[in-house]
Order: sequence, then C-alpha cells, then structure tokens
Amino acid sequence: MSVGPRIIIWFDEGPLKGVFITETVIWAIVVSVAIIIFALISTRNLKKQPKGAQGVAELIVEYVYNFVRDTMGKDKLSFAPFIGTIFLYLLIANALGLLGIRAVTADVNMTFALGCLIFLIIQYNSIRSKGMLGYLKHFTKPYPFMVPINILEEVTFPISLSFRIFGNILAGVIIVELAFEGLSFLSEEVIHLPVPLLQAILPLPLNAFFDIFEPILQAFVFSMLTMSFIAKAITSHDDH
Amino acid sequence: MQGITPEAFVLGLSALGAGIAMIAGFGIGLGQGIATGKAVESIARQPEAKGDIMSTMFIGLAMAETSVIFSLVVAIILLFANPLVAQV
Repeated sequence: MSVGPRIIIWFDEGPLKGVFITETVIWAIVVSVAIIIFALISTRNLKKQPKGAQGVAELIVEYVYNFVRDTMGKDKLSFAPFIGTIFLYLLIANALGLLGIRAVTADVNMTFALGCLIFLIIQYNSIRSKGMLGYLKHFTKPYPFMVPINILEEVTFPISLSFRIFGNILAGVIIVELAFEGLSFLSEEVIHLPVPLLQAILPLPLNAFFDIFEPILQAFVFSMLTMSFIAKAITSHDDH
Repeated sequence: MQGITPEAFVLGLSALGAGIAMIAGFGIGLGQGIATGKAVESIARQPEAKGDIMSTMFIGLAMAETSVIFSLVVAIILLFANPLVAQV
C-alpha cells in the first residue's frame, strides 16, 4: 500500500523533463473550476426573491459574513471573501473521499502552498497596518531578547497550519483505505464471494466520520485559525 | 547478527520508531479529554454561551492536536517514505 498521490502525467523529455503531475493537481483544478462555475451560474440574473442556486449562494455568503464578523470584528469584513473562498475550497477538497477520489488536502504540497499563501497575507497585512518600522518593532515586544522566539512563532504558524490539515486528512485516507482493503480480503478469501460485497455498506460510518465530519471540522478550524492570526497581526500590541 | 540484512534491520527499527513516535497520542488524549470535559461543565453551567464555548474549544483542541499531528507525520514518513533505508 502506498500513501502518496498517483502520478498521472510524466514528462520524459523536452524542457519539462522530470516534471510530473499528480492527481492532486488535477483534482485541485477541478474543484476550483467547479467553485468558479457555481459562483458564475448562481449570480447570473439576480432577482429580489432568491430562487434555486441564488438562494444557496446567498446562504453561503451570509453565513461567511456572519462568521467573519463574529470572529474578526466588524472593521475587518473585507477579509470575508477570502476566508469564504478558503473555507469552501477546503470543504470540497477534504470531502472528495466521498466520491472515491483521493482528497486533495492529503498531499503536503497542496497544504503547504496554502500555508505559504496565508503566511504572506499575514505579513503583508501586518506591514500595511503597522508600517515598516512598527512591523520590525513588534518583534521586540514584550522584551528585546525575545526576537528569535517571536520570529520563530511567525514562521512556524503556516507550517503547523498546513501539517495539521494534512495529517488529519491523510490519517482519514489511510484508515478508510485500510478498512476497504481488509473488507475486500475478508469477502474474497474468507467468505469466498465473487465480488467484494462487504465493502458495500459496512464502511459507511467510517466514511461519515472521515469524509463528512472531519472535512467540515478541519475547514472550520483552518479558516478560524487564519482569521484569528490575521486579526492578531492587524491589531497592534499597543491596543491592549 | 546472522541472517538479518541491513535493510531489514533498518526497516524493523523504523517500524519500532514509528510506534514510539505515536506514544505522543497518550498526552493529547488526556489533554483533549480534560478540555472537552471542562467545556461540557461550562456549557452545563451557562447553556446560552454554548456557541462561543464550542468554537473556542474547537480552536483549543486543534492547537493541542498539533504536537500529535507532527508525531503522526514522523510515523508516516518512517513507514511509507523512509529516508534511512537509502543510506544503508
């Protein structure tokens, strides 16, 4: 059993020699395109009385805006579209196991890219709100000798954020795959069925936990931690 | 040692190491249990604050989970993508 994502396309020659494209990349693009298409369809000919796709989109937007307002405060509502996109993307990317597809976030490259993106956003907003001098100064708070610890805190945050979602989802993928392999072994070698019938219903609780509950929880935790760190970066230390 | 190839020796010790790494699960189980218990206590005392308590608890649980996630990653690397076998 191998835990890595399958390699779909492999370039043997040419300028791209040695580059390979895994299923993670392909499904990540599919999920993003699906979200974009849904956003385009649901916002076409908007009506006063929401119906169908527009109603779903309004529900999502309202939920996200409330979520951001409750966590970050009213003055930082401009982050709501970004947080909503991250939340929606992670929700679908984590739950791909429901369709029998390897979850996109079970690849550390994917989650680490997200972590880097959020690191850059936090640093950019920190510099923008404090100014360059204030940004450099906030590393020396509360005491000057704590500079290395403060820098370490800033750097390890995206790493732990990306490893958290990666580890959780990968553990789910491994456990579900182990259960499926065990059930197929049982039905073929022990009960001697021509088809792995035991795989049909028995793993449902596992799927419900690892492909429905855990994705929601992890997407929630990821966006929540992102929000609280962005809010912390914007609020200067002099305020409290 | 007779009859054991160096690769098998390294693989066996790696499997042991993966098991030892997951001992971290002991601490996290204890910690998350205590945190959830306290959250239930405070919800019972103040049911109207359930939403705030729940979201704070989830953040705390996720933060506490970090250490065991790191040890899980170490164990997975040792089991599936062992860097030590190539050095034998």
